Amino acid sequence: MALKIVVLAKQVPDTRNVGKDAMKEDGTVNRAALPAIFNPEDLNALEQALQLKDKNPGTTITLLTMGPPRAADIIREGLYRGADGGVLLTDRAFAGADTLATSYALSCAVKKIGDADIIISGRQAIDGDTAQVGPQVAEKLGIPQVTYAEKIVSVEGNEIVIVRRLEHGTETVKAKLPLLITVNGSADECRPRNTKMLQRNKYAKTPSEKASLTDTSLYEKRAYLNLGEWSAADVDADLSQTGLAGSPTKVKQVENVVFQAKESKRLTSADEDIDELMKELITNHTIG
Amino acid sequence: MNNLIVYCEIENGIVADVSLELLTKGRSLADKLGCQLEALVIGSELSGVEKQIFPYGADRIYLADDKRLAPYTSLPHTSILIGLFKEIKPQICLMGATCIGRDLGPRVSSALHSGLTADCTSLEIGPHTDNKSGKTYENLLYQIRPAFGGNIVATIVNPDCRPQMATVREGVMKREIYNPDHTGEIVNLDVNKYVKDEDFVVSIIDREIAKSKINIKGAPVVVAGGYGVGSKENFNLLYDLAAVLGGEVGASRAAVDAGYTEHERQIGQTGVTVRPKLYIACGISGQIQHIAGMQESSIIISVNTDPDAPINAIADYVITGSVEEVLPKLIKYYKKNSK
Repeated sequence: MALKIVVLAKQVPDTRNVGKDAMKEDGTVNRAALPAIFNPEDLNALEQALQLKDKNPGTTITLLTMGPPRAADIIREGLYRGADGGVLLTDRAFAGADTLATSYALSCAVKKIGDADIIISGRQAIDGDTAQVGPQVAEKLGIPQVTYAEKIVSVEGNEIVIVRRLEHGTETVKAKLPLLITVNGSADECRPRNTKMLQRNKYAKTPSEKASLTDTSLYEKRAYLNLGEWSAADVDADLSQTGLAGSPTKVKQVENVVFQAKESKRLTSADEDIDELMKELITNHTIG
Repeated sequence: MNNLIVYCEIENGIVADVSLELLTKGRSLADKLGCQLEALVIGSELSGVEKQIFPYGADRIYLADDKRLAPYTSLPHTSILIGLFKEIKPQICLMGATCIGRDLGPRVSSALHSGLTADCTSLEIGPHTDNKSGKTYENLLYQIRPAFGGNIVATIVNPDCRPQMATVREGVMKREIYNPDHTGEIVNLDVNKYVKDEDFVVSIIDREIAKSKINIKGAPVVVAGGYGVGSKENFNLLYDLAAVLGGEVGASRAAVDAGYTEHERQIGQTGVTVRPKLYIACGISGQIQHIAGMQESSIIISVNTDPDAPINAIADYVITGSVEEVLPKLIKYYKKNSK
């Protein structure tokens, strides 16, 4: 059965390398100051979508992302690995959104894409680790959710069987389409870029990216190179529910972390030091 | 009305530790707010469950008891929370940051348009002034969590939307009996009033849940490794030391992500919180998310080649050296001195 799949993906700052200018004064993230990557678990989600496409000819995969213009990079990355198309949801009105305002905007875009059988995303993004956007999008769309998915076992008719990875084991569930699925990092890794797909899609661009080009004839001949780019108005979003205004949670305060420093004893790896340490720990009953 | 409610998870008739920890925290927050502490339990064959909950100080327990409600599935539990919250209008709702809480919380918060903060490491009550409008608020829930790769700690508030929702990982809050003889009101909910047949569209066809063999939370000694351990093979040194000291092996997120050890051993904001007598941090630089999960350890030893590793600031003993060199010596001199 041909499926219509929407993959929700996020371009995330690589939180492993954060500098001092990483935060703005209003407590939101200064994304421009950081290297940006495809959120790892969203790649696991893309792989699950691609496996469904392998088994169900005629399936289409649309990658949907919300972010600044440069987030179009991850749509291209998705195309190189086998997605069929992508949409960038971008608007100043979305800036400063918490998870709820983000979910609202994404759900508006999913509605505009229309008739999705499966909406699939990573369990959580590494810049927030909240795991909230998936279930919130499902609620806004009025469809069920299956979180922590590790493997999509089968899709027959509108019935889908999924294995979930929980704290201490697994659970196999049966659900009906349409459905929103969030995928755990323990799921299959995403396949690498496909050379043919890379050659085919490397000039794929959003309207803003094309704006600086003098010759756009390529994009008239090859429709698949035109990536979608939607504003809040394009998806009929109610502005009171987007961005900072639509976010019930507010950042009251951010603090750089200062640890309550202790008087540390400094030791070397010399035998006398370690011997002394062990005597002390045994004498004061910390161990032994 | 406007009370603090804790969603209590239950498995095989036993209330989850994290829920009891949240009841303890909830009791002290409710006292500050001058409101009642309520508990909500959804499941099957719940009679007697109140005996586990009242000693933690709950004033009222809502029970939704129906064989279709266990094991947990998203939609029926969501419908009960949404329906009940519309009636009783809690000001705060706390739940465990577990597979269940992280599935249920966001769905409920979306339906009620209320803010939810994940994985809080501290919860407090305090005032807030909105910078733009100048409007002031009293007695908001401060939802405090490390953010952004652990480089900062953020305090989140939900000024206008209710309930203020937060999830907390197991082990972060302390669990203490409030009064073994404490008792309160039991309210049995009419499940069919809240749940529709369509809510059972997702069904569980198989479940394989094992008791966890790893018990880092209760271990008196934790030997934890970070990315600086360097390899899966080097992690064996940690297992050796832990075995000798009667402890367990833990890890930082970076070490788990690098595949040095299993996820169940992860210590920190998105893992387990531990408070052992002795914590030996090996090759761990000390991101705040990790420190959030171990800073209450009685004695902390840091083994690191970098004399300026951030974790050294909170360590009682700093050993400057490599894991390969230092760990075998710790074993050797423990054995020598414990005889």
